[in-house]
Amino acid sequence: MTDALLYGLAGAALAGAGTYGLLTAAGALGRILGFNILGGGVFLIFGAVARRGAGAGLAADPVPQALVITGIVVAFCATALAVALLLRLDAARAAPDQDDGEKRGEAP
Amino acid sequence: MSLLFDGLLCLLLAGGALAAVASPAPRAAVLAFMGYGLLLGLAWARLKAPDVALTEIAIGSGISGIVLLRAAAGARPADAATAGPGATGRALAAAVSVAVALALAAMVLALPEPAPSQAADAAAALPATGLGNPVTGVLLAFRALDTLLEKIVLLLALVGVWALARDPKWRGRPAPLFEGAAPAPSAFLARILVPIGVLVGIYLLWTGADAPGGAFQSGATLAAMGLLALMGGIAPLPDAGSRRLRAVLLAGPFGLLAVGFLGWASAGAFLAFPPGIEKLVIKTVEVAITASIALTLILVVLGPPAGEERP
Amino acid sequence: MSALLVLALTVPLIGLVPLLLLGPRAGERAALLFLVLGSGVSIAVGVVVVRTGHALEYFIAGLAPPLGIGLRADGFSAAMMGMCAVVLPLTAFYAMRAPGAPAARMPGAFFMLLLALSSALNLAFTAQDLFTLYVALELLTFAAVPLVCLDGKPGQLSAALTYLLFALFGSVLYLLGAVLIYGLFGTLDLAHISAALAKAPPGWSFGAALALMSAGLMAKAALFPLHLWLPAAHSGAPPAASTVLSAVVIKAPLFLLVRLWADLAPEPMAQAAAPLLAACGAGAILFCGVVTLAQERLKLLIAYSTAAQIGYLCLMFPLVAGTVPYWSALAWTGGTLHLASHAFSKAAMFMAAGLLAEVIGHDRLSGLRGAARVAPLSIAAFGIGGLSLMGLPPAGGFVAKVMLLTAALHQGAWWIALVVLAGGLLAGAYVLRVVVLALQRPDGDLPPQRECGWRAGIALALACGAVALGFLPLAPLGFLSIGRPIAWEGLAP
Repeated sequence: MTDALLYGLAGAALAGAGTYGLLTAAGALGRILGFNILGGGVFLIFGAVARRGAGAGLAADPVPQALVITGIVVAFCATALAVALLLRLDAARAAPDQDDGEKRGEAP
Repeated sequence: MSLLFDGLLCLLLAGGALAAVASPAPRAAVLAFMGYGLLLGLAWARLKAPDVALTEIAIGSGISGIVLLRAAAGARPADAATAGPGATGRALAAAVSVAVALALAAMVLALPEPAPSQAADAAAALPATGLGNPVTGVLLAFRALDTLLEKIVLLLALVGVWALARDPKWRGRPAPLFEGAAPAPSAFLARILVPIGVLVGIYLLWTGADAPGGAFQSGATLAAMGLLALMGGIAPLPDAGSRRLRAVLLAGPFGLLAVGFLGWASAGAFLAFPPGIEKLVIKTVEVAITASIALTLILVVLGPPAGEERP
Repeated sequence: MSALLVLALTVPLIGLVPLLLLGPRAGERAALLFLVLGSGVSIAVGVVVVRTGHALEYFIAGLAPPLGIGLRADGFSAAMMGMCAVVLPLTAFYAMRAPGAPAARMPGAFFMLLLALSSALNLAFTAQDLFTLYVALELLTFAAVPLVCLDGKPGQLSAALTYLLFALFGSVLYLLGAVLIYGLFGTLDLAHISAALAKAPPGWSFGAALALMSAGLMAKAALFPLHLWLPAAHSGAPPAASTVLSAVVIKAPLFLLVRLWADLAPEPMAQAAAPLLAACGAGAILFCGVVTLAQERLKLLIAYSTAAQIGYLCLMFPLVAGTVPYWSALAWTGGTLHLASHAFSKAAMFMAAGLLAEVIGHDRLSGLRGAARVAPLSIAAFGIGGLSLMGLPPAGGFVAKVMLLTAALHQGAWWIALVVLAGGLLAGAYVLRVVVLALQRPDGDLPPQRECGWRAGIALALACGAVALGFLPLAPLGFLSIGRPIAWEGLAP
């Protein structure tokens, strides 16, 4: 299973690249990208594990594949929530007065 | 030959990842990330995991890419200008990252031979579900609890995004995806691509029981088409306050939950499927799940509703 | 009976439906109903576990692991579920119709997040599959992060973003560990992994996988030195949100840390890791304790105190890994009791801080002089909750700390004993500082309004709950050993 090994090592490299992104990012967007790449590396290592587990007429173990699909969706949710927070934070910082005014208006 | 291809693909993947994390301009970094996502999808196909490949390309690269592009467009210039760590910091970070990669590589190399696997178990249990695609079997039959909870995670992500709305009642439509009117080419593209994409999405759902495809991949494709239609200006922005829209959001997770209780009553265990009609039940709940996934993804990408006063 | 485990997960989730479909008031009532029902189920789990003396077990879809997913509640799980079952509904009652509280500003969001938290916590306490636990942790994160920024102020938003990034980093590390474990054993089910470990001693890579998962859990639990996100997130949130975040949310990753090192890891590995975990705990207690003293705002003070107090649980690892079963059982009981009493007292303190801020209009310590005259019940709740943090009798925190202290001294771990004592002194200093200020004569005119009595009553009830735990006997609690390999009944030192 040389391909499994190769992609497993590629997953390790991606995890390293993601770590670099997380450590050196100047802003939150860079960290979000770093997290996604780190996550992609972890998933790819899981893919290598799945490929190694081929058997019973299946080209790869289906359990890790299903878990990775779930994981990709969860990672997307995280990305979307982080970006929504980031955009809202930028907007709040750009117009703090307007924001405060709204708050006062809402108070019961 | 194929090893050469795989090796080249792995190098490109690592290059794409490095370009995404090292690029100083947010937009360039996100574009590099999207390209990397496509390559990653290819890698999954090479690993004989077509279901993951479809999901990665549709969600991991495509829809995540749209979200990130939006963030890059909205990033304040000051944010881009604030430099990260200096040269020493970068060198230190690089050393840590190389160490992480090497440690993980060592762990990958140390994995036992022969590899333990649940492939045989899954293959043996699959016929009882009436499904032909083992990945769908794991997702919807053997580990349906994970799938149910992950739907709730998706719903919760939307709640989290909506909680950022300035209007606490969550009324109205979100702001347009990208400022300004849709350029003519994107409207044209949308008119051509959307019908084809929707067909592909439905096809993926239909074949997912036995061939690669399924609710996730189909939902993601449909969501991408929905977003394209919105960007092209050929569909109106959805109204977050609409009760019908909220019912669709709930249909997937709570349809699955209802099926879980149905299985409890008829087959004796929560999330077991009624014997004899497993495939019918699974397909039905998959349709609901697909609709919920597609709509939730679209709404999560669009962001919080902007309040009622918007025209 | 084991079906209760499924209900504990699903009943709170059903509450999401009315919240999204009905109007705010009807949705809120329905949500409260499902929250209380879910708590009832959690408590029923505890009752059944005690009465039968066995752990409850359920296989989802009737499919046994490794292919299926198992749920299991032993005594330890049931204790944690019971703790959440008390704190969550009381917080919901506290939040209802409070002026400016999240339930008033965002009726839908707050209750949805609370319901999801309830389900996620029950899942984290019962799931037996490492990936299902990952999903539980994610569910917890997605419910907890929006709680931080319900008011939408810039400071809250940036605290929420930092919290989210820490939590996501933690998730990736945890998942990486789980992936490697699947690669090693071909299963994610805890019992199957244990069985495989019993057959052959694991290599270094299993240790590395456990270390990765632990680092991820530490980031999520805000355990020193990964605590940096916690103070801003917990102090910036609306009071009701701070209450659940500090009292119960961080307990789930701590619980899993105990599961990994006290239940799953083979003995030599656990003994090697225990001093490291305890060192982090000691760092939390001492470092965060000192930083707490320097705080000038009440909510930040309480939040830093949370970062300090979670250290006590980690002190129990070397003691639990000891060779004499009695002392190890005593340390375990002390650690668990500390988790529970901290949950009650911290909930009481954050609620009290919220009520004080409503009366005085801010939470600067300098302005608290004389607060006891306008908010006597809140100050009482804060002080009684604080008793438990300090470890003074008769509070639950006292019994917990005495147990840890006894176990430490009998096992010769004098440095742990010193840390326990020092932590108590630090807590005493920061709690008394607040109480003394509040009891002093006011500087100027006091605000005309008074605290909201019935909500202060909730805070006081929780504080008294922390004290009530102090009446447990100073001996290993047999209930906590239900479902574990060695029963603690009749153990002698």
